Amino acid sequence: MKSSPLGFLDAAGVRAQHILPLTWFTLCVSIAVCVVIALLLWIAVRRRRMPYGIDIASVKIERGGDGLRWISVGLLLSAVPLAVTLVWTMLALAAVAGPPANPALVLDITARQWWWDVHYSGAQPADGFETANEIHIPVGQPVLVRLHAADVIHSFWVPKLTGKTDVIPGQTNQSWMQTETPGRYLGQCSEFCGYQHAHMQFEVVAQTPAEFAAWQAAQRQPATEPAAADAARGLEVVQFRCALCHAIRGTSAGAVSAPDLTHLMSRRTLAAGTLPNTAGNLVRWIQNPQDAKPESMMPNQYLSAQQLTDVLAYLETLQ
Amino acid sequence: MKAPDYRTPRIGIDSVEHQAKLLRLWETTPGIKGFFTTTDHKEIGIRYIVTAFIFLGLGGVEALIMRIQLAGPNLSLLTPEQYNQLFSTHGMTMIFLYASPILSGFSNYLWPLLLGSRDMAFPRLNALSYWIYLASGIFLYAGFVTGNGPNDGWFNYVPYASKPFNPGLNEDFYALGMVFLGISVTVGAANFIVTAFRTRAPGMSLNRLPILVWGTLTASVANLIVVPAVSLAFFLLWMDRQFGTHFFDTAAGGQALLWQHLFWIFGHPWVYAIVLPAMGMASDGLPVFCRRPLVGYSLVALSTVATMILGFGVWVHHMFATGLPGLGLAFFSGASIAITIPSAVAVFAWIATIWLGRPVITTAFLFFSSMILLFVIGGVSGFMTASVPVDWQLTDTYFVVAHLHYVLIGINVFPVVGAAYFWFPKVTGRLLDERMGRWNFWTMFVGFNVAFLPMHLTGLLGMPRRVYTYNGYPGWGLLNLIVSIGSFVFAVGVLIFLVNVVKSLRAGAHATQNPWDAPTLEWSVPSPPPPYNFAVIPTVASRHPLWESRLGENALLSTLDRGMLLDTGKETIATSALDAAPDMILEMPQDSFAPLVLTGGLSVLFIGLLLKTWTVVAIGALLSAAGLLLWLWPRRDLREREPAAEVAHG
Repeated sequence: MKSSPLGFLDAAGVRAQHILPLTWFTLCVSIAVCVVIALLLWIAVRRRRMPYGIDIASVKIERGGDGLRWISVGLLLSAVPLAVTLVWTMLALAAVAGPPANPALVLDITARQWWWDVHYSGAQPADGFETANEIHIPVGQPVLVRLHAADVIHSFWVPKLTGKTDVIPGQTNQSWMQTETPGRYLGQCSEFCGYQHAHMQFEVVAQTPAEFAAWQAAQRQPATEPAAADAARGLEVVQFRCALCHAIRGTSAGAVSAPDLTHLMSRRTLAAGTLPNTAGNLVRWIQNPQDAKPESMMPNQYLSAQQLTDVLAYLETLQ
Repeated sequence: MKAPDYRTPRIGIDSVEHQAKLLRLWETTPGIKGFFTTTDHKEIGIRYIVTAFIFLGLGGVEALIMRIQLAGPNLSLLTPEQYNQLFSTHGMTMIFLYASPILSGFSNYLWPLLLGSRDMAFPRLNALSYWIYLASGIFLYAGFVTGNGPNDGWFNYVPYASKPFNPGLNEDFYALGMVFLGISVTVGAANFIVTAFRTRAPGMSLNRLPILVWGTLTASVANLIVVPAVSLAFFLLWMDRQFGTHFFDTAAGGQALLWQHLFWIFGHPWVYAIVLPAMGMASDGLPVFCRRPLVGYSLVALSTVATMILGFGVWVHHMFATGLPGLGLAFFSGASIAITIPSAVAVFAWIATIWLGRPVITTAFLFFSSMILLFVIGGVSGFMTASVPVDWQLTDTYFVVAHLHYVLIGINVFPVVGAAYFWFPKVTGRLLDERMGRWNFWTMFVGFNVAFLPMHLTGLLGMPRRVYTYNGYPGWGLLNLIVSIGSFVFAVGVLIFLVNVVKSLRAGAHATQNPWDAPTLEWSVPSPPPPYNFAVIPTVASRHPLWESRLGENALLSTLDRGMLLDTGKETIATSALDAAPDMILEMPQDSFAPLVLTGGLSVLFIGLLLKTWTVVAIGALLSAAGLLLWLWPRRDLREREPAAEVAHG
C-alpha cells in the first residue's frame, strides 16, 4: 500500500505528516465503528430470529421494552470520538493551514490544460526562470507556492508532501510544503479540468540546499548555441515550428502558452507525466502527441525524417 | 367570492353499493384518454417508479462501460470525451433522474394510503410534476444521444462549463434541462407539504405519521428552499454562455466560486433529500418484520428533521480545498461532524428495534437491515472527510467515490429495493418471489461491497476520481479489476430483481390485503387498492391502527369500517395541520389534459430556448398559457362556479 507514488499513508513532508496521525485516527475509529455495528447487527438479527418460512402473522406483536437506552448509550459512546476528532481537527487545521511566515522560497505555479508552469523568481528579474511539470525545492526549508489558473479550475496536490489546494481562475490560492527527505514526490491535478485531467502530473524534486542551488544556477542559463550542424538545422526548424507556443531562452522562441523548453532534457517526463523523457518518446510526442495524450493542446507535427533527426539533435542539447 | 361551505359529511359504514358509487366517481377513464389525463396518485406513483428504474438501468449501463475502461491501467476503449460524457451523464442520471424521482414515486403511491386520504392535495399538480420529470429527462438525454451530453461532471464547475472551454451544446442541454426539471421538483415538493399537513385522516396527529412521511416531508421542505439556488445557478450559466453575461467570467470580475456556493447550497441538502425518505422506508418496514413498534419513534422523527436543519449548514465541506479562510472552514467542519449525531440516533433505533424484536427474515427485511451497515460505512467515510485537514488528502480521490456510492446505493437503492419487496403486493396484488429474492439480495449485497469497498483503498493509494485512464501504480490495477468485477456482479443482482418483478407480475402468489400483518393504514385496504383508496375515511387513534388491539396501549381504538362516506362527488376530507381534526370537504378535480398540455408547452419553450429560436419560444409560451387557462378555468364540479354541478346519486 505504501509504494503507490500517490499514496499519502507514508507522508514525507511536514504538512502531510502533521495530518497523517489524524487520518489514521479517524480511519481506525471508522473501521472500529463499522465492525461494532456489524457485530451488533449480526447478533440482533440472529438472537431471536424466527424460523425461515414462518407465517408472519403468527408471530406475536409485542413492544418488549422501549429500547431508548440503546439510543442514549449509543449517542454517548459516539460523542467521545466525535469530540476528540473535532478538537484534533481544529488543532491540526491551525497548525497546517497557514503558509509559513518566512518561506525560503516562493514559487508561482500556473496550472494550465494540461500541464504545470513553474516560475522561479530571483533577486533580479533576470534571475527568474520558467520550467514545467518539475518543481525543485531545497530540503529542510518551507516553500510557499502561489497558485494561478490560466484557464479552468485545477487542484495542486503532492500526496506525500501536502494536501490539495484548488487552483481557481480569478484568485491566487496558496499552498506550502517542506520536507527533510531528499527525493522525488509525485503530484497530480485533482480537480476535474477536461479531457486530459488524467495526464496532468508533476514531480517535486527535493534536493539538498547545495544541489538545489546548483540546479537553480543551471536553470538560469539560457540555452547554449548548437555547435553541430544537425543541431543548428534543428534549431531552425524549432524556431519556425515550435516557437508559436514554446519558449527557449537564448533563441527567438519566446511564446508562453506551452512548456518552456530551455532545459527540456533536464526533466524526467514529457507532457506532464504522460511519457518518460527518452529520445524515442520525444519522437513519438513531437510527431503524434494526439495519440499519447488525445485532445492535448500540442498538435501533430508531421516533420520529415530529416527534420525530425535534426530537431532531436537540437533538443538533446537543451540540458 | 365563494360562499363558505357548510356541508356536513354523512357518516356511515362501508357497503358494496357505496363502493360501486365511489368507483364510478373515482375511476380513471380507460384507454388512451385516461392514460394521458389521469390524476390518480397511484397511477402517477407507478409511472414515477417505472421511469426512475429505467433511468437507473441507463445509468447502470453507463457505469459498466466505464468499469470496462477502468478494469486495467492504460486501456483505450473510450476516448477522453466519451468517458467525460459518460461519467457526467451517469451522475446526472443517478442523482437527478433516479434517486429523487424513485422516492417521489413511492411517496406518491403510498402517501394517501398511509395518511388515510383519497388522493394527494393537488392531483393535477401531481400529474404535472410527473410529466415534467419525464419531459426534462428526455430533454437531458436528447443531449446525450446526440453526442451533446454533459461533460463536466454532475456538479458542473465553471469555468470549464463556460463557453470558451465548452463551446458545444452539451452544457446548454444540461443547464436548461436542469432548470426544467427544477419545476417538477418544486411543484412536487409543494404538493407533498400541503398533503402532509392538510389531507390526513382525522386523528392522525403529527406524532402519528409514519416515518416515511416525515422523511419525504422534510425532503420536500428542503427542496422548496434549495432548488431555487441550483435553478438560478444553471440559469446564470446559460446566460453567461448565450448572452455574454459575466456571472462566472473571472476575466470580467465574475466569480468561479459563486457557482460552487450556489450549487452546493442546493447539492448537500439534496443529498439528504434523496436519502431521508428511503431511511423512512426502512424505519417503517423494519418494525413490521421485527414484530414490534419502532424504537424511539419521536427521536427518529426529530433526527430526520434535525439532519436536514444541520444539512443546510454543511455545504462548504465540498469546498474545503478552495482556499476559503480557515475560520469558515472550521465552522463547516464542526457542523459536518455534528451531523453524525442525528444519523446515529436512527442507526441505534433500528438496531434496537431488531434486537428487541423477533425478526422474521424476508427479502425486504434483508434489504432494510443491510442498509444499516451500508449507511454506517458510508457515514464514517463521510465523517472522515468532514475533518478539513484529512479531507485535503481524501477529496477528489476514489475514497470519495466509495463514500458517495455507499451513501447513495446503500441508503437509497437498498431500501428502495426492500420497499419494492415490501409494497409490491399492495401495488400489484401479487407477492414477489422470496426464493429469487434471497438470490437477488445476496448477489446485490456481495457485488456492491466487492465493487465499492476496494475503492476506499484506491483512494488511499491516491487514485484521483474522474480520470479516463490511469497508470499501473502498485495496487491500482488489481484493485480496479476487483471493482469492475464487483460492479458486474451487482448488475446481475439488479437484473435478478427485474426478472423477479416480471415473473411475479404474471405468476406471483396472490397477496391478501395485509400479507405482512403490518400496522399502517395502507394495509387496511384491498391489494391493489381501489381508485378511491378508502371507502370510508378512517379515524386514527394511534401510530399502529392495525396493531393497536394487540399492543393494548390505548384506550380508544381507530375506526376503519365506519366514517365519513364522502360520496356526493370526488371528495376527500381536509384536516387541521397539527391534530388532524376534520376541517372541510375537499372537492377533488376530475382527470384533466391540462398538466399534459402545460408540459408540452414548456417542452416546446425549452427546445426554443436551447435553439435560441424565438418563434418556437413564443409558441411554447402560448401553449403553456393555454394549458394554464384550461387548468384554472372555473369548474362547476369543484364548486368554483354557481350553480355547482348536480352529482348523480347512484
